Amino acid sequence: MTGLLSAADLDPDMLAEMFRLSESFLEVSSRRIPKVPALRGRTVVSLFYEDSTRTRLSFETAAKRLSADVMTFSVGTSSVNKGESVRDTIETIEAMGIDAIVVRHGCAGVPAQVAQWTDAAVVNAGDGAHEHPTQALLDCFTLQQRFGSLDGLRIAIVGDIRHSRVARSDVAMMSALGASVTLVAPATLMPPSLEGWPVATSSSLDDVAGDVDVVYLLRMQTERMGQHLMPSMREYTARFGLTARRAARMNPDAVILHPGPMNRGVEISGEVAELPNALVVDQVRNGVAVRMAVLWWLLGSGTELVPSVDSAVPTADVEDDRG
Amino acid sequence: MADTVLIRGATVVDQSGSRRADVRVGADGTIVEVGADLDPTGAEVVDASGAVVAPGLVDVHVHLRQPGKEEAETVETGARCAALGGYTAIVAMPNTTPAIDCAAVVREVLELGRTAPCDVHTSGAVTVGRGGEQLAPMAEMAALGVRLFTDDGAGVQDAGLMRRAMQYASDLGVTLAQHCEVDELAAGGHMHEGEWSSRLGIPGQPAEAEELMVARDLMLARMTGARVHFQHLSTAGSVELVRAARASGVQVTAEATTHHFTLTHAECASYSPLFKVAPPLRTDADVAAVRAGLADGSINAIATDHAPHTQEDKERPFEQAPPGMLGLETALALALTELDMPLEQLLAATSWFRPPSPASVTSMAARLHPVSPPTCACSTPPRRGWSTPPTPQVAVAIRPTPGARFGAGCATRCWPASSW
Amino acid sequence: MAERNRGLDDVVLVGLQTGGVPMAYRMAEALQRIDGADVPVGTLDVAFYRDDIGLRPVLPEAASDMPFDLAGLVVVLVDDVLFTGRTIRAALDALADHGRARSVQLAVMVDRGHRELPIRPDYVGKNLPTRRDEVVNVTDEGVDLGEMVK
Repeated sequence: MTGLLSAADLDPDMLAEMFRLSESFLEVSSRRIPKVPALRGRTVVSLFYEDSTRTRLSFETAAKRLSADVMTFSVGTSSVNKGESVRDTIETIEAMGIDAIVVRHGCAGVPAQVAQWTDAAVVNAGDGAHEHPTQALLDCFTLQQRFGSLDGLRIAIVGDIRHSRVARSDVAMMSALGASVTLVAPATLMPPSLEGWPVATSSSLDDVAGDVDVVYLLRMQTERMGQHLMPSMREYTARFGLTARRAARMNPDAVILHPGPMNRGVEISGEVAELPNALVVDQVRNGVAVRMAVLWWLLGSGTELVPSVDSAVPTADVEDDRG
Repeated sequence: MADTVLIRGATVVDQSGSRRADVRVGADGTIVEVGADLDPTGAEVVDASGAVVAPGLVDVHVHLRQPGKEEAETVETGARCAALGGYTAIVAMPNTTPAIDCAAVVREVLELGRTAPCDVHTSGAVTVGRGGEQLAPMAEMAALGVRLFTDDGAGVQDAGLMRRAMQYASDLGVTLAQHCEVDELAAGGHMHEGEWSSRLGIPGQPAEAEELMVARDLMLARMTGARVHFQHLSTAGSVELVRAARASGVQVTAEATTHHFTLTHAECASYSPLFKVAPPLRTDADVAAVRAGLADGSINAIATDHAPHTQEDKERPFEQAPPGMLGLETALALALTELDMPLEQLLAATSWFRPPSPASVTSMAARLHPVSPPTCACSTPPRRGWSTPPTPQVAVAIRPTPGARFGAGCATRCWPASSW
Repeated sequence: MAERNRGLDDVVLVGLQTGGVPMAYRMAEALQRIDGADVPVGTLDVAFYRDDIGLRPVLPEAASDMPFDLAGLVVVLVDDVLFTGRTIRAALDALADHGRARSVQLAVMVDRGHRELPIRPDYVGKNLPTRRDEVVNVTDEGVDLGEMVK
């Protein structure tokens, strides 16, 4: 693995390893000094063309807890505003000597383009309506913590599937781990075609809420109203919002996830957000741990390297040193 | 030193059919005589046994980017691409800056084309500035030889205006050509809406965005009695609409591009903006329908929609990159290798056309030019013998072509008439 | 251990993942049996502190578990085999991130020599002279010394 562009880059075995690593990093994060020297001397660049303070902070916290140096390329104050192309930006920061680039862009496919222009590891932190693989990782890790496994889990993903990178990554990863996913949305907010998607669909949250282990609520954005996708926020909430009344009909063991930031009163009511089975805070905490796992996997684990590059020391000698 | 060239032993394919004949090329590069056993006295003799000699190809749809975007292409470089691909005449689209919407700009383009290595014609815009609001001075442009009017790059959205444009154009003996794309359905879409756009998270535009305008303009053509030409048809539904309308007597012609009969929307999975075109690459079924339309004559012409952009523009994010692909240098090879059509019919679609004829659309007398030297014989057998592309002799930085998918071995080396 | 620390009141055992962990638990059992003392056991994974990150594949064996505040405690690091000393160096760094112990001591079952760093064990089960290219394997049953399989 030389980068993480898509949820499909991780097969179930790699996901299991990633979750195991995430456990280790959760422990690190719980310490009084939540920092390890693992990536000392490595440089991670966060390149966010689209504002997302939460995701950027999560990645930067992860990098810092691994002792990597963090360069924040903030588009608002940079040469990008002066019309610099993505490629020129990449070549500029690469010349400074970097090991990983965390990219967020409003257009699908930009991380894949970036990966062609750099030798650094590229991590997709969200590209347009395409993918957000580390969000799927933290969602699945959170569910694995809660349920032990995703195998056989029934998951409803509710909301604006059409424009959701989170939904695309989650569908891929959750179903790869054995969960059965139902997409819940009006036809206007569904992707134009679901050919090849391993999902069931419904246009009624009321029909689905009582029969699932997980209700995953997507953020509903106001600008969709102007695109004739919903008549009003009010009507969205009436049909697809997780109200206290709907939440009360969920299984007692079922949980609620949300990628944040929440629109309280729109896709989730304020009181539902505070329920003990709403795992939003766990998701955020786990987000740092899984991003540490991803950065460590890409930059520190050496799993792409030959066992020893130091020919003076026999391989097994070094191995034995573990004892 | 011989002033003329005698091409001997080739198979000559033109409107009158296919036969073994010799061809004499005059000192000015045009064909002066075609016949059996021509007298070689005083001529430089070229042995073309096994090769096909056909009229120079005609492309009714190219973007030469001049004036306004000379770093992407110029009349000179575009014409050179055309000559390398075997074209002897091309028609420039009017979406330049400023748009080709009045006599002054028409004159500029024609003047630039005068020294180009192939004939350069230009189309004119239907509306001022291609803005879709006010008719452009078509008569003034027609007087300079413009025979094709289009707002290519965008369709004329206003049905009332399109109706008047058709009526006005029919008085002038010119043809209206339409880039069929209804803004309300296409806006914000960057590829074909369907399986791949859904998976890739790229906003799409449905086939209906094209078909709706095809249907509308067929009705308007029937209503006004005008002749309409549809540019780059890309969907099965469009092909069927044209087929049915022609059968019922509407005066309609249509073209298909090389990329619309060779590539599908699956190419967009690479996120490479090289595969972003307008109209977008469609489904397998659409590609099959376009091929069938060419085979049964529902689609009359093969065009390239040669649309160069700078490398920087084609390295932007898919959703921000401009649409367009190259085609002039590879079109003939792609047509020959990808289409299952008799050679005569295929060459007709790329040059002189069967009636109703887009060549007559542009009132270009089909001049017989040799396009096929022995090195790129397309007769024996047609799927072999293509050489890899020569080092581009053109100034343009990036050369995305539908041939990209086929790799080396698909490009033609058809020599332009001037190299004989 | 009890002698040196004048009792075991402030002593905790920290086993290094993975070989040192079962050993730490067995030592805790033994101390309970012999001394009646209840010595807490923690575990420590040092993967993220190693000095050969990037030189060879390094993956943590298991998350660390440190169920006590180290301040004021005597920590006895427990490992099965002491060799180059690099693991112990990493362990000292890792330990420091968990708190400031009063002192740190080192207990190993086997000291096979060939130190590359100035590190010396406080408690040794067995000194075992070896060649660098031999392999030492400590199990419940005892200590194996074998040729490295090349």
